[in-house]
Amino acid sequence: MSAETGGRVASASERIETSHQDLDTPPSSATRSPDDAHGAHGSVTVDEVALAEELAGAGITGAGRVADADAAEYALRLGDDALVLAQQLGMWITRAPELEEDVALGNIGLDLIGHARSLLHYAGTATGRSEDDLAYWRDEPEFRNAWLFEQPNGDFAHTIARQLVASLYLYELYGALETSTDATIAAIAAKSVKEVDYHRDHAVQWVLRLAGGTDESRRRMIVAVTDTWPYVDELFDDDALVERLAADGVAVLPSTLRPAFEAAVDAVFAEAQLERPTGRTAFTASGGGREGRHTEHLGPLLAEMQVLARQHPGASW
Amino acid sequence: MSTPGEMGTEAWPLWEVFVRANRGLSHVHVGSLHAPDPDMAVRNARDLYTRRNEGVSIWVVPAEAITTSDPDAKGAFFESPAGKNYRHAVYYTKSEGVKHL
Amino acid sequence: MFPRGDQRLEDDRAPTGVGTANTQESTMTSPADLSVVEREPSPEEAQFDDLIAADSRIEPRDWMPDAYRKTLIRQISQHAHSEIIGMQPESNWITRAPSLKRKAILMAKVQDEAGHGLYLYSAAQTLGITRDEMMDQLIEGRARYSSIFNYPTPTWADMGAIGWLVDGAAICNQVPLCRASYGPYGRAMVRICKEESFHQRQGFEILLELMQGSDAQKRMAQDAVDRWYWPALQMFGPPDDQSPNSAQSMAWNIKRFSNDELRQRFVGMLVPQAEVMGVTLPDPNLRWNEERQAYDMSEIDWTEFEEVLAGRGPANAERIRRRREAHEEGAWVREAAAEYARKQAERRLAASGAVA
Repeated sequence: MSAETGGRVASASERIETSHQDLDTPPSSATRSPDDAHGAHGSVTVDEVALAEELAGAGITGAGRVADADAAEYALRLGDDALVLAQQLGMWITRAPELEEDVALGNIGLDLIGHARSLLHYAGTATGRSEDDLAYWRDEPEFRNAWLFEQPNGDFAHTIARQLVASLYLYELYGALETSTDATIAAIAAKSVKEVDYHRDHAVQWVLRLAGGTDESRRRMIVAVTDTWPYVDELFDDDALVERLAADGVAVLPSTLRPAFEAAVDAVFAEAQLERPTGRTAFTASGGGREGRHTEHLGPLLAEMQVLARQHPGASW
Repeated sequence: MSTPGEMGTEAWPLWEVFVRANRGLSHVHVGSLHAPDPDMAVRNARDLYTRRNEGVSIWVVPAEAITTSDPDAKGAFFESPAGKNYRHAVYYTKSEGVKHL
Repeated sequence: MFPRGDQRLEDDRAPTGVGTANTQESTMTSPADLSVVEREPSPEEAQFDDLIAADSRIEPRDWMPDAYRKTLIRQISQHAHSEIIGMQPESNWITRAPSLKRKAILMAKVQDEAGHGLYLYSAAQTLGITRDEMMDQLIEGRARYSSIFNYPTPTWADMGAIGWLVDGAAICNQVPLCRASYGPYGRAMVRICKEESFHQRQGFEILLELMQGSDAQKRMAQDAVDRWYWPALQMFGPPDDQSPNSAQSMAWNIKRFSNDELRQRFVGMLVPQAEVMGVTLPDPNLRWNEERQAYDMSEIDWTEFEEVLAGRGPANAERIRRRREAHEEGAWVREAAAEYARKQAERRLAASGAVA
């Protein structure tokens, strides 16, 4: 597949022409050939575009760095989080509450696919697999995403609650990983943190509006927070892998991100007059995504994502 | 008279969007969009009008806040400069050839 | 002005559906009657005519004939609807795209289409119709959109065929619209054409990749081309001699080239591209006619076009249903945001009052 896999994508510039040659055709009499030159009005040319290096795949990780087994497993966790969340947001397009929001959720989804591609590419270097090998040819127990990301879209409030938790967590995570001793992870984090910062802003804006809008929207927002909160704890669980990696400065201990996360939640909830769930609905899901145990939502999501690729083993797209 | 399109009847009002493409350039009108409030308007504008690095700064203005000149008064408004060629440097021909003028 | 008593040419039955591509065709509120008795034009009419004659631009607050305004509202809103409905056949494959790169490209493309719909709704809005009204017309089935989006997308190769053929035809139609006489429309089209330049290319590349792949992939590509070729040619609208609305649109500099001119031009682009790919265009009679300096081609089957246009296409109901559901299910969100804005404004007012 194209230049990406062949190493760094050179910064290319290309002239886009296709069928635009008649952009400066003249005011026509119907008989005039479409290819005549120069109209009275501002001729339109399609700008030369200098293509930026694609973040994904080889863009950042193409320097040839190969991840060791631990770093690969860690990148897999992060990559799967991003991939599964992107897949979920992709389902919103054409179904958002307003057209402007189709565009906004699309932007966030695109950012996340970018993160997933970079991280999975790096994870794959340890075992000679491509980003697509990892995305399309692993089964459910081999996925390493946390449960939060595989929770269904629900209504818009549920998606926003999930976005709030996800983006506040990812913002702290990538912020900390900017100084990772693993240069590839640091580079991916540095790019991603800026994008996640915007995702965080998007989620916060909507939490405020839904919680402070109508009675109906407030009710829905409270339900969504209740339904989402059981999946918060898992994000901050430490285990042997992250402890080893954190000792080398490659990873950050998830537990250390929690205070900043909680402070951010406090600030948003204070303004939105929301509370963390308490009492009988304050569940905490056991988690287990990092070991490949998943909720019943992941299987169908993967089945849909992988169906076409798996019908054509070895095919190029 | 506000900008065309604002009817004041929609749930989300209309906003006019201006984008500065680069430092050193003015904000230029690029179009409009709908948003419930200014905070969301500027975010929607970012998502809608700068998907391909088109801008470094965005203004959003409620369409109803813009006052426009009356199109029917075109003559009165815009014909006055005609006949005032002396406002243009090329009017002054005698200094041609003289340096630094 | 009715060269034929063809019911297709009547207002509601007008071959309007082909929004993205053929909005020019679709737009007349009533077929223009150029045969009105000559009379002295009013000063503003004369000014309008002068601007059109000079190929200048009409701007929102200018005086314009009622029929011109209606024509544009209809054409631009149909074009916008086509972008929005056109998201659906492709979004169908976002979750199943066979590689992450393709997933990203497809998501970006569908998202662009939402953006293009928004640019066009904005342009239409300058003519005195709200987006809410236009959206109501769409979900109540009162508005038309390009009927090509009423075809389903059963395979991945359809993503290639839509990009190559449907977007290709749309670009042929749209590029001249960049010079449409109505300023906001022309400006929206410039933006759209710039952004769309990648859409056709990515479609071509999807098909090319398939044609270089396994036998199953090749079959998939050819099948999609077979299904989309004729509907794409229909996007240019009926033959010129059956397209009475075109004349007024061309006189008003909304439309710049005739349906058949554009169709020829499009086929001329496709032939060499199909050769590069190795796909066969499904028309046994397609060949260059040196004498006519044009392509000979089979008769287009307009009955199918009429059927789809009349709401009997494969996916008409589904397209409207999904748009309606999204709109209705999003109502509480839109209301929440509007209510929040109202409360915030109140608070600001109260705060400034307290200070004063």
